[in-house]
Formats: sequence, structure tokens, C-alpha cells
Amino acid sequence: MKPRSDYERSLWRRLVRFVDGETPEDAELYAELRKSGKGRQKNADSGAEQFPEQEDKREKHRRLERAHEREAASMLERYRNWPKEHGIRIFGRLYAVAAVMLCLIIIVTLLVTVSYLPEFGQPDNPNNNEVVERYNAHGLEETGATNAVAGMILDYRAFDTLGESHVLFIAACCVMILLRLDDTKDRKRAEEENDRLYEPKNDKILQLAAKILVPVIILFGIFVILNGHLSPGGGFSGGAIIGAGLILYVNAFGFEKAGRIMNRKNYAVISVAPLLFYAVAKSYSFYTGANHLESGIPKGIPGAILSGGLILPLNICVGIVVACTMYHFYTLFRKGGM
Amino acid sequence: MLKNLFANYYEAVSIILFGIGFTTLLLNRNMIKKIMGLNIMDTAIYLFLAAKGYIFGRKVPIVSGDVPEPENYINPIPSGLVLTGIVVSVSVTAIMLSLTIRLYRRYRTLDIDEITRLIKEEK
Amino acid sequence: MEILEYILLSLLVVCAVSVALSKNLLTSIVIFMSYSVIMSVIWMILESPDLAITEAAVGAGVTSVLFYITLKKIHAMKGEEDDEAEE
Repeated sequence: MKPRSDYERSLWRRLVRFVDGETPEDAELYAELRKSGKGRQKNADSGAEQFPEQEDKREKHRRLERAHEREAASMLERYRNWPKEHGIRIFGRLYAVAAVMLCLIIIVTLLVTVSYLPEFGQPDNPNNNEVVERYNAHGLEETGATNAVAGMILDYRAFDTLGESHVLFIAACCVMILLRLDDTKDRKRAEEENDRLYEPKNDKILQLAAKILVPVIILFGIFVILNGHLSPGGGFSGGAIIGAGLILYVNAFGFEKAGRIMNRKNYAVISVAPLLFYAVAKSYSFYTGANHLESGIPKGIPGAILSGGLILPLNICVGIVVACTMYHFYTLFRKGGM
Repeated sequence: MLKNLFANYYEAVSIILFGIGFTTLLLNRNMIKKIMGLNIMDTAIYLFLAAKGYIFGRKVPIVSGDVPEPENYINPIPSGLVLTGIVVSVSVTAIMLSLTIRLYRRYRTLDIDEITRLIKEEK
Repeated sequence: MEILEYILLSLLVVCAVSVALSKNLLTSIVIFMSYSVIMSVIWMILESPDLAITEAAVGAGVTSVLFYITLKKIHAMKGEEDDEAEE
């Protein structure tokens, strides 16, 4: 290691000097004084130039005071600037270390908790209680749905699903508030936000692939929705599949073609009507259920497509809402409107 | 204690994923990375719930014959809860991403520290 | 079967870590997509096919598409700014 040659100018030395009330000019001055003192000793015998020497000393003292003031001011400046220059970096590192430590502590605590949980996959765990037995044993005769999950989310806990459809709807509204563009005259701003201008139009490969794939995808989505009470699937998954198919169609053929069907007026009708139907249907079944009346909705033969009472129409409603919301998210993100 | 931790390996992995997502959320200054961290946390919770509902050797709760066999089905409740949660997490992601776009349009950066500094300067 | 589970779970952890650590945003979105696909396979193993379908359609499909568009919009804005600076 190279020894530091600029110790006199280093921060620590300056700090020490600041504490001692000493400045670099000071040191220079002392050296000069010592030299001049030596010189005076040397030619003490001449003794004629005492007076100018005194004058010189007073001048030097004044310079010393001014230098002190300047040094103090510069130290103050450095002290004030320290958090801006070095503080942020040190604080950032400290923050990172503290965050990692915090995360490790949380993970270890939770892992210790996991190690005290009942063993994975055993039938006598406390979460497999009488509710589950009831759903599994009597679900078929009470809801008419072969798929216990569909029967649970659309019959036993249908209120939950209604709230969730509203969450989707409100999310679409929020995104619309945040990203929708007014019909602005300002062409530059419209260009900035309509990034359709930046991509190659009429991509042949994409269009051919979309021509083959989109009908299959949408048909599969409709199948998943309609068979929600018989097989895995239901409104949420089928709606998301249809939404993905619509997104592929828009990507391939542009907004003009898709906009003929999915414009803003149609969107409002298509997404609000299922929610209203859902709310009315569930209010009816809550009313009859709470008053011990016959609901009058046939359960049908288990396993047939027209069975399960209200589950099939509700699945269709949820599917429409989810598909519209996914498509709407995409169009809003892409060009701020339908 | 450790033996039980290895028996509950699904839960243990979900906790580790939760920790990774949480660290990403805290430490990354990029907004899009933060949103991804939040999504990872979501998925970790879903994995935990789904793992709690699983029972060894049992099948999906879909009646194949005429009579249901309740001793052959897994727990359907976590599946229903998670199904709800997945769709909600998409809408939350969409809202957060649209907020990110708005912030970028205004401040021209994705760095959260930079955005905070610019907001302070504006005042 | 158990070995497959271990492999999938460790892949999940690897994917999550690389999402957090990768420098390029596009890369991390692609890794996040594969994370969702692995998750849907795990849900098939855990006997919840409803969740597997939903996760494959929503997590790997729609969420990733939303991330891609966000990134694309941001790049479009950035490119426009660069053009202005050059002019």
C-alpha cells in the first residue's frame, strides 16, 4: 500500500484541525513565522527593521482570523452536504441489509410455524371437518352439480362470487378512469398513446394462425363455461379463455374489425346485464330459501347438461363478465378505449 | 421438528416463495418488478391453501357414478377460495399496471426513488 | 411421482429467484410466464383441475399479456422521447 502523501489535506486531518481551531494557513503561517524568527535571530545584530516586522505580524494575524472563518464555513458546508452525497448511499445499503434480514426472519418464523402444522395430506387433519363432509356427501342432491367446486362457489357461496364479479367490474372501471383517452384534437398525444402506429400491420403469418386458432379457442371457452357444473372449469376459466381468444383476434386483425361488435355501448350492456341478472337470480333464491318456500327451479337429472338449477345460467353470466373484462383491459392498455 | 418440515414440503416451498416475493417487493426499485413480486406472493398463498386441501390417494370432487363417495374426494373448499383469488389478483395487477403507465407518462421513469425525488422537487 | 413433485417445486423456487434477479424486464416477464405454467402443472398434481385451467388461462395468458403491453407502451414512449431529443 502506498502511504498517503496528502495527509494534511485529508478529511480526518481537517476535522482534527477544525476541532483544534487550526487551519492550513495557520500551519503555513507558523512555519513562516518560525523561519522569519530564525532570520531575525540570525540578523539580530542589525536591529534596524523592527517596526516593519511588527506591521507584517499584525497583517498575518488578520489573515489568520479570516482563514479560520473560511475554514469553519467550509466545514459547515461539508457537514450539511454529507447526507446528500454519502448519506443516501450508506442509507440505501443499510436499508437493503435490514430488508434482507427482515425477510429472512419472517421466512424462518413461518417455516418454524409450518413445522408445527398437521402433516400434509392426511384425512384426519382439522381442516377436513364436517363442512367438507357435508359438501362432498350431500352436494349432489342439494345443488344438482356433479362438480363439487362449481356447486360450492355458485350455490353454497354464491354471494361471494357475486362480490367477486363486482370486483372485476370495478377494476375495469378503475382502469378506464386511469387510461381512457378523450377524443382529443391533439394529434401528437393521440399518437403517443395509440401505439398501434408502431407495429407492422397485416402480418400474414399471425392472421393465418389466428384464423385457425381463434374459433377453436372460443369454442373451447364456451364448452368450458357450459360444462362448468359437470367437469372441471366454469365461468372464470372459460371467460378467461374466451378473453384470450378475443385478444388474439384483435392482435391479428386490428381494432376496426373487432370494434364493430365490441364498442363501448355494447360493452356497457353486455357487462352490466349479466351482473344484474346474477343479483336478481340470487336475491330470488335467498328470498325463497330464507322463507322456506319452494324455489320452483328444477334441479334436473345429475350429469345432464340442463341440470344444477341456477348454476348453469350463473356460470354463463360470470363467463361473460370475465371475458368482457379481460378484453376491455387489453383494449384500454393498448389504445385507451374500445 | 425438521422431519415435520420435510413432510410438509408443499407448505415449506410456498413459504419460501412468499419470502422471495416479499424480498422482491421490498428491494427492487423497478415498479414492474415490484408488481411481479406481489404476484409471486399471491401464488405462494394459493399454493399453501391448495396444499392444505389435498389428501393422499383421493381424487377430484367430481361425481362420476350416480352415488357420491365422500371418502374418495379431496377438500373442495380451498379450490373454490383460490379460484376466486386468482381472478381478483388479475384485476389488482391490471390496476397497478395502469397506475404504473400513468406514473411513467408523467415522470418518465420506472424507478420509485426517482419518482419520489421528482415529486418532492415539484412541491 | 414424488420425484416429479420435487423437481417441479424446486423449479418454482428457481423461477421465482430468477424473476427477482434478472436485469432485463422482458426476460423476467417470460420467466414469470413459465412460473405460472409450472404452477398449473402442480395444481393438476394436487387434484384441482379447476385451478389448473384458470391459472393456465389467467396467469400464463392474460397477466403476461398485460405485462407485455405495459412494457411495450413504456418503450414506445421512451422511443418517442429519443426521437425528439435527436431532432
